[in-house]
Amino acid sequence: MAQSVLLAIGTRKGLWLARSRDDRAGWEVTGPHRPMTDVYAVAIDTRGPAPRILAGVTSEHFGPSVAVSDDLGATWQEPEHPPVAFPAETGAALTRVWQLAPGPAGAPEVVYAGVEPSALFRSTNGGVTFELVKSLWDHPHREHWTPGYGGMAIHTVLPHPSDEKRVTVAMSTGGVYCTSDGGESWEAANNGVRAHFLPDPYPEFGQCVHKVAVHPERPEQLFLQNHGGVYRSDDAGASWSSIAEGLPSDFGFPIVVHPHRPGVVYTFPLSADLRRFPPEGRCRVYRSEDAGSTWSPLTAGLPQEGFWTTVLRDAFCADDADPAGLYLGSRSGEVYASRDEGDSWGLVAQHLPDVLCVRAAVV
Amino acid sequence: MRVTVLLPGVLHADADGRSRLDVEVAEGATLTAVLDTVAGLYPALDRRLRDEQRGLRRYVNFYVGGEECRRLDGAATRLADGAEVHVIPSVAGG
Repeated sequence: MAQSVLLAIGTRKGLWLARSRDDRAGWEVTGPHRPMTDVYAVAIDTRGPAPRILAGVTSEHFGPSVAVSDDLGATWQEPEHPPVAFPAETGAALTRVWQLAPGPAGAPEVVYAGVEPSALFRSTNGGVTFELVKSLWDHPHREHWTPGYGGMAIHTVLPHPSDEKRVTVAMSTGGVYCTSDGGESWEAANNGVRAHFLPDPYPEFGQCVHKVAVHPERPEQLFLQNHGGVYRSDDAGASWSSIAEGLPSDFGFPIVVHPHRPGVVYTFPLSADLRRFPPEGRCRVYRSEDAGSTWSPLTAGLPQEGFWTTVLRDAFCADDADPAGLYLGSRSGEVYASRDEGDSWGLVAQHLPDVLCVRAAVV
Repeated sequence: MRVTVLLPGVLHADADGRSRLDVEVAEGATLTAVLDTVAGLYPALDRRLRDEQRGLRRYVNFYVGGEECRRLDGAATRLADGAEVHVIPSVAGG
């Protein structure tokens, strides 16, 4: 039976939804949903009886919010009161939601939101409303975290796939932090990750981590795309080793793991910090099938000349179909998809606003 | 005293379809006090106008007596009986 897959595409000016009912051979694209909002974060939560789309939407005029749809985008709901709001005593106000991450399967009502300014929020009603995780907000390192170019945000949230007490977050700048006690305490987890822009290039924290990914079946193994550097941890973030050898560059934003095959990981390298283009203007995804020991370029169906755009940190993802699908969106509004684990690619949409994030799932 | 808040069309849905709100506030009330009263009636409207610390959204303008409140005393601007507050989204975006 053909798999039905939903692809959510968050852009600078709204959300587009692509649906395939023929095992990702063809796509029906609708949108813009939530027009004139920037959609930095989107999630497709398939743990409940019906898939729920969650979108972090920010109107330049009217501020940030989280909207949810339980009918695949036909209608959207928001609570009357702000779904993500800092408590009065913090003196902080939400700028935008950067990440929406459903919790483990065993806690189907738990959803996390990583936000700007750098903070983590937790929902226990499926993402309708959230509460600040105070322990991370009160972390003594927080006053030393500094904003990168895009703003100071927790842009990555990785709930452990089975242990509700374990969560990994990452921010730019600040680095990686982990909790193993349900958020009572948080430890910096950046040992071995370089911060070339600091006097001490290997500090306890302060790294400009761009993205972290973890495989659900091998949760001790993490992959990290740094602001200069690509790394792997085999001990849940306690230490990191470079896996950049074999890539054309160690700079980039996203990193994605295969949904079913542990140790299979994908990157989208850019030339360098000061030259943020795909090398030679060629759109190339790199895949490793041995946890980063060796890398191979994937180019079939991707433009191999004049591709001077970039793929942002959340604009590259995998679905959970079998064989796995991969999706990447560019700042120039093109979305490419592969239904054969990256071997070949085809265009799903083009001429969209800047693509900020993509997420896909079997629905 | 009574103050009238005039809303742009894009916000009518957050105020039960209303384009104008007549608000009863204390004599000499500030814009903050007016918006606090509005928030009690229409919380979904308030969060379009202000953040969770009651800060005015940067790209929403509040004209009091024909002058944008930030040229007066901002959210602390005092209003007179019968005053009108025109809420107008500013020019923003790309």
